[in-house]
Amino acid sequence: MVFDPGLLLNAIVSGLLLGGFYALATSGLTIAFGMLDVVNIAHPTFIVLGAFATFALNQATGLDPILCCLILLPVFFLLGRGFYDVYYRFFERRGDAAIQGLAFFFGVMFVVEVSLSLIFGPNHQHVETPYAWTNLGIGPVDLPVRMLIPCAMAAVGIGAVTLFFRTTFIGRAVAAVGQDEGALRLVAIDPLKIKRLAFGLSLLLAALAGGALLVVQPVDPWAGHTFIGRVFAICILGGLASMRGSWMAALLFGVIENVTATYLGPSWSPAVAFGLLLLTLAVRPQGLFAR
Amino acid sequence: MMKFTRRSLLATGSAMVLAAGLGLSAPALAQSGEPIKIGFSMALTGGLASNGKAALAAMQIWEEEINGRGGLIGRPVKLVYYDDQSNGATVPGIVTKLIDVDKVDLLLSGYSTAAIAPAMPIVIQKKMVFLTLLGFNMNSEFKYDRYFSMIPAGSDANRDFSKGFLEVAATMDPKPKSIAVVNLDAEFPKRASDGLKDNLKKYDLKVVYDQSYPPTTVDFLPIIRAVAAAKPDLVYFVSYPVDSAGLIRAIREVGLKAMMVGGGMVGPQIGSFKTMMGPAMNNMVIWDTYVPEKTLNFPGIQELLAKYQPRSQGLDPLGFYVPPLAYANMQILEQAVTKVGKIDQGALAEYMHANTFSTVLGDVKFDKMGEWSQERLLLVQYQNINGNGLEQFKQPGTQAILYPPQYKSGNLVYPFEAKR
Repeated sequence: MVFDPGLLLNAIVSGLLLGGFYALATSGLTIAFGMLDVVNIAHPTFIVLGAFATFALNQATGLDPILCCLILLPVFFLLGRGFYDVYYRFFERRGDAAIQGLAFFFGVMFVVEVSLSLIFGPNHQHVETPYAWTNLGIGPVDLPVRMLIPCAMAAVGIGAVTLFFRTTFIGRAVAAVGQDEGALRLVAIDPLKIKRLAFGLSLLLAALAGGALLVVQPVDPWAGHTFIGRVFAICILGGLASMRGSWMAALLFGVIENVTATYLGPSWSPAVAFGLLLLTLAVRPQGLFAR
Repeated sequence: MMKFTRRSLLATGSAMVLAAGLGLSAPALAQSGEPIKIGFSMALTGGLASNGKAALAAMQIWEEEINGRGGLIGRPVKLVYYDDQSNGATVPGIVTKLIDVDKVDLLLSGYSTAAIAPAMPIVIQKKMVFLTLLGFNMNSEFKYDRYFSMIPAGSDANRDFSKGFLEVAATMDPKPKSIAVVNLDAEFPKRASDGLKDNLKKYDLKVVYDQSYPPTTVDFLPIIRAVAAAKPDLVYFVSYPVDSAGLIRAIREVGLKAMMVGGGMVGPQIGSFKTMMGPAMNNMVIWDTYVPEKTLNFPGIQELLAKYQPRSQGLDPLGFYVPPLAYANMQILEQAVTKVGKIDQGALAEYMHANTFSTVLGDVKFDKMGEWSQERLLLVQYQNINGNGLEQFKQPGTQAILYPPQYKSGNLVYPFEAKR
């Protein structure tokens, strides 16, 4: 292929946009898996649940899907708190969290998928928006609004949560709870309350990613399977518990996928991207962007 | 060390059992009297469920009709089916149960290649007649003489699948000189793509881009940009529904230009896909099995669609794709059993090889491999689509048939230019 700078520039820009969406999809897992050590394999399915809830609200009200998604955030926050209570009561409290917890979330994944299929049917669902087919091209660079909006949502959502973690007492407690629960108790903080809040935030971010997913592509109840490998890989690359790290790793992942797809062919994309994960685990097991 | 307590195991087990239980379809229907039992697996959950459920709806329409007419050779008919969850691994167990436990009299396949291949060894061992639904060139390796295929792809399916696209492309002036080929990494798309490349020698076309993409692909923009950079005259895709949607969006966002674009996309045949993509499909040229053009007004097709569409809640709202094929399978079974007069697998297979069947998709005759003796895949061009309304797709004119010549209903509009 003849080298075309426009092609390379477009591959990088579209990779960054895709990476923005990946960052949003991974951010909730960074909290659950990275900070709380909860192997929530159902996280992508919660994203799909967020997409379907957004779809249902959009169909019922005619409101823009992004607005619908924002309206649903408190519901998912409460749902996340409730889920953590169940998880804590039946698994974590007994110290059985590892394999049984994994099985629990595996079961949750099936139940959610089948429930969505029974309620909405097995077809792909999508929403029609005025901006779905708009491309804000700047010169030779394509900027499809369909990908730009999820990237913007990621910047705002992850930025707000990161700011919360860094600047508030409760936020710092969330960052600390996975490292030393005893230290939290010493300053009179109930770790369970903090973990419940953190898991609520995790599902809130999943709902936000679900709204973005509905803008990016049509969804069916099993759409989460596409993202399981990616979100865990990005979370690990980013250093597990680092919001900033997972953001950077997601952008890197997106750019590698798209540049590879452009120049080597799309079938090489996962091999190169996951090859980077293996290399990272070998030479820097704490993740590329861990502090 | 992790502790496995009885209570935690119970909790985990309950979640798994609940999930597995919900993943199964309704159990096989209760039996009464001595019905003729027709067994099959079907994708009622999982990624293929939208087409699986539509197939089941058409088969149930036939079941109601045949029982309303007094049954088959004087006996009532019962469909016995289980959900294969769109997972081929579940199929051998289901087929074994249908044959050994439910003692079905006749056997059909589930939806598509993924449900057919795992059943073949068992079906061959039991010497059952096997009528399959949308299995692509499945019998080329098994060579089973009681296999019959409901897909109008012909006896050389790999090559015949792209024949219409290339034949129509050859009619353009000037003649196209190059082609880009993009296919999903999966069995059917790979076979169809290989068949296309086998055909190219005859048409003097140079392949300037040839890539496959993994099923987990999210962003199709890099693929379409790379295709555009190769400047092909023709662009041929073989893709599944979500990918087809991603590809068509990317084609529009990049503003792809070529003489002819389309090919073997799966998805545009389904009503909800047509309304989702709307005008973005204008001038794309894509394979199909049935569209409501006047040249395809076969006996019974309108009656079937009139019965299917009111019960299509949550399914393909048009029912042009899978329901006619599934219903035609039942018609063939009905005609064969009626003529043979008994359930005799050998006699049925012999009759089915020797005779022509009248179906809602026209006359069907099988060759010695059980494929349609005459390939009849349609090549359709989407024309004059305005907005995303469903009704326009029920009218002639929006999906003009370009191939085969005996069903042609419109002329090719070219070149293709996607509006950004």
